[in-house]
This record gives sequence, structure tokens and C-alpha cells, in this order.
Amino acid sequence: MDIIFEKVSYVYQKNTPFEHQAIQNLSFHIPSGAFVAIVGHTGSGKSTVIQHLNGLLRPTKGEVRIGEYILSSDQKIKELKQLREKVGVVFQYPEHQLFEETVVKDIAFGPQNFGVSQNEIEARTKSAFEAVGLSEELRERSPFDLSGGQMRRVAIAGILAIQPEVLVLDEPTAGLDPKGHREIMSMFKRLHRENELTTILVTHSMEDALEYADHVIILDHGTKYMEGKPEEVLIQKDKLQAVQLDVPEIIQFLFRVENIFGVKIPYQGQSIVDLASELNRLIRGDGSSE
Amino acid sequence: MNNAFIVGQYVPGESMIHRLDPRSKMVIIFLFVIVVFLANSVWSYGLLTIFTVLTTLSTRIPLSYIAKGLTPVWLLIVFTFILQLVVTKEGAVLFQIISYPIYSGGVAQGAAISLRFFLLILVTSLLTLTTTPLEITDAIESLLHPLKRIKFPVHELALMMSISLRFIPTLMQETEKISKAQASRGVDFKSGPIKNRIQAIIPLLVPLFVSAFKRAEELAMAMEARGYQGGDGRTKLRELRIEGIDYLAISVFFLIVIGLFLTRV
Repeated sequence: MDIIFEKVSYVYQKNTPFEHQAIQNLSFHIPSGAFVAIVGHTGSGKSTVIQHLNGLLRPTKGEVRIGEYILSSDQKIKELKQLREKVGVVFQYPEHQLFEETVVKDIAFGPQNFGVSQNEIEARTKSAFEAVGLSEELRERSPFDLSGGQMRRVAIAGILAIQPEVLVLDEPTAGLDPKGHREIMSMFKRLHRENELTTILVTHSMEDALEYADHVIILDHGTKYMEGKPEEVLIQKDKLQAVQLDVPEIIQFLFRVENIFGVKIPYQGQSIVDLASELNRLIRGDGSSE
Repeated sequence: MNNAFIVGQYVPGESMIHRLDPRSKMVIIFLFVIVVFLANSVWSYGLLTIFTVLTTLSTRIPLSYIAKGLTPVWLLIVFTFILQLVVTKEGAVLFQIISYPIYSGGVAQGAAISLRFFLLILVTSLLTLTTTPLEITDAIESLLHPLKRIKFPVHELALMMSISLRFIPTLMQETEKISKAQASRGVDFKSGPIKNRIQAIIPLLVPLFVSAFKRAEELAMAMEARGYQGGDGRTKLRELRIEGIDYLAISVFFLIVIGLFLTRV
């Protein structure tokens, strides 16, 4: 499903002394099947954008189109539930939404609400269970007895079981250790590929944006600041620093290599391993000229 | 849920009312609540209304905001008025609505009670509109201080109050967050049969309670870690101090009270 924001503005608590403009005249287009990272500093309007994606908020001005569904200020959308079945949102700290007696019941909660048949629910919970890498013996445990990382996985499985076409992730790895972080992110990458999802990752990790996304949108104070391919946008150090963002570590490293050794290595999406051997070659090559 | 009701909401400002010592505000409002019931003539009601309106204006909070925030209260006031109109059977019959007589006493009584009600609610909401919850609890602790003599746990009470007030917005935010998360999982809080909507509360309440208990535990731990031992020997960052404007406000209020006694019949 294509997602189109057209000149969207949103104002919180309009007509009160607490009025606050969260996003302003924001337009972008996310084609079906893309993996997009939305990056921005605190207060840049990321969360507000997310809530427009499944109709939790309606734009104060402008229009949001998600596939065939249109959200605008003047009309209420009737098929809100259908929209929410197609757009799954993993909120920040999703483990806070767990409430059922057992893990398996909690995962089945979403599909049940959308009227999925009992057989289908069983199949879905099983595959969601496997997808997030939880071991079978946790099925009948209370979600409140699990560790933080396990709870996170259960909550994510609860969204996956809805089988949305668009998956929205709001800082899905906040508070996880580096290992959990890598596992969860590569799981989302795999699901994105296998199920042909449209994935929207909201993050402030420049490293994740560079590694996983094929398109980045950078927000600042509720407006679009930059947009484009990660390897083109995320190397513009000065422009990013102007909005309190940093370039990813790997690019910082390339800048330092340039500063110290005077060698410019262009960034073309190399992994750390590729880069290491490239450096190795360069150093060996320099060594021969001495 | 966040913009309909203003009772309990603080609007930051620099007006004279904002700067008054919370204790003088509370004492004045406490007395006002009593004094409202003494009014019994057009002039005495007029005096109280003028006092209330002038005070409201001097807070410099937009009137439209206050009016909108009191929407649920308007309903109650209208309801009270109609009730008085129908029930009271004093004075002359003014006119009849579908053969039901309306008495002049009913109109007067209805108007007086509705006005009284309106003044009470407006003045008390001015307190919370112009005073931070922290100031209010400080004021209560200070005003109740004499009760310490009879072993009344004044400090503990004030602490309990400030903690509960402090966590109201947090809980509201939490509620909103969880209900949005569950709505994204297909829970419908707003439509459907009543039975389903009541059931929809469970996925909201369970996580809310879990996080509230967790938060309470963390807070207790944090307080202990910082050496909290109760109120004895504790000093304050912001000492309350009665100043010139407080004497002025109290004097003005006493003039109003004297005026009220003069205009009573």
C-alpha cells in the first residue's frame, strides 16, 4: 500500500493555551514495499506522524492517503478497523500493552479483534511465535513473568499475528542490549523481505537508518528537513549536525580516516567487513611506495 | 479527553492572582465558599458576581478557554435551574407551560441557586488554574501545621497529596498511550454494543495497574535511595511568604464581605 502525506499539519489541543503545532505542511510519499526510516530529534514530530498512519489522529490540515483509505480533517473514515488491520503499529516499549493471562492469548488478542477464525489464529500465533524467536515452552506462561526482552518479543508477535501489510515500528529496540537489538532488527528486515511488507522505522539511531532502510526522511520541528537514499543523506555531516543529529558511526570513521591520513574513501554502502579489507588494501598499497 | 475539562488544570501566568501566596488564595476561597451562602438579595449577589468576574479577568486566562472548560458544568447548572423552576411553588403564577404552572418564586430560587453554583465552581477552578499542585500542597501543609500538636500526620498527608497530584498527568498519558496501542490491535473503545465496550476496558486497565504499581515501587525505592525519612528537619526550596499583595487581596476580600453584610436583607 502506498502511503502519501499531502501538506499535512497537526495541532495538539487546538484553541487552548496549550495549543501546540506538532507537524506542519508535511508531504512525502512512501511507495508500497519500501523500507523507510523516519529520523528526527526529540520533538520533531515522529510520533505524530506514526499516529496518522493508522488513523489514531486525523490531520488538522491536509490529507493522508494509505492505499485506498483517506484521512482528512473534514471526514471521518468509516473503515477505521480495516485500516488498522492493514497497518500494524509496534509502539515504543510495546511490552506495556500486554495484559492477558498467557503469552499465547495475548498474541491472539489482535487477530481475534479483527475477526480472524480460530484455526487461522492458531496458525498465526504459531508462526508469529517462531518469527520473533520465542521458545515453545513460554506459550502458557504469564507475560508478566517474562524478562524485558521476552516481553518485547511477545508484544511484537502480537502485532505480527495481525498480519499487516504495513508495519510501523517506533523505536522497536529502545532499552534492549546490543544483541537483542541486532536480533530484533534483522528479524524485521527478514519479515520485510519475506512478507513483502512496507516497513516504516521511526528511530534516532542513524546506524539503523543506514543499515536497514532504503529511504530516509529526516524531520525537524514538524517539517521535512531532508529526504533521500540513506547513503546520500546520512553523509551530510554539517547539515545533520544543524538539527542535532550525527552521521552514523561508520561514516564518522571515514571522516576521521580522511582527516588523519588524508585518504578519502567514498561510502557506497559497504559493511564494516568490506571496509576493513578495503582499508587493508589501501594500507598495503601505501606500504609498497615507501 | 485532554481538552474538555479544565478543573485541576494549571495555566502558567504572571498575573497578580498567580503571584498571590497559595495560602491567601486558599483562605480567601474557603471563606468565599461560606460567604456565597449568605447572599440573599439582588445587590449581594451582584457584589459577589462583580468580585468573581473581576478576579477572573485579572488572571488573564482567555475567557473562551475557561468557558469551554466549564462546559460539563453548564449542563449541571441548567439542570439545577430547571429543577428549581419545576419544584418550587411559591409566589405568583407567572405563566403556564402545557398546563404546568411556573411560579415567580421558582424563577428567583432557580436563578439564585444556579448563580451560586456557578460562582462556586468558577472561583474554585480559578484556584487550580492559577496555582501549581505543588503550591497547593505546600499551602495545605502549612495551613494544617497546627494539627501536628495532636499528632496528625500533616507532612505525610501533604506528601501523599503531592504524589497523587504529580501522577495524575502521568497516568493520563499512560492511559492514552495504552488505549492507542490497544486500538491499533483492533480494540474499539468508541462504538459497538455496550457489552463489548465494557470488555474493552480490561486490556486498558490491566496494563495501567501493572505500570502504576511498578511506578510506585520505583518511586519508593528512589526516595529511600535519596535518604527520605519523613518531614522532620526537612527544609523547603521555595518558602511560602506573605507579601504586600497578599495583604491587599485579603483586605479587598474583607471589604467585599462587609459590603455583603450591608446589602443583605
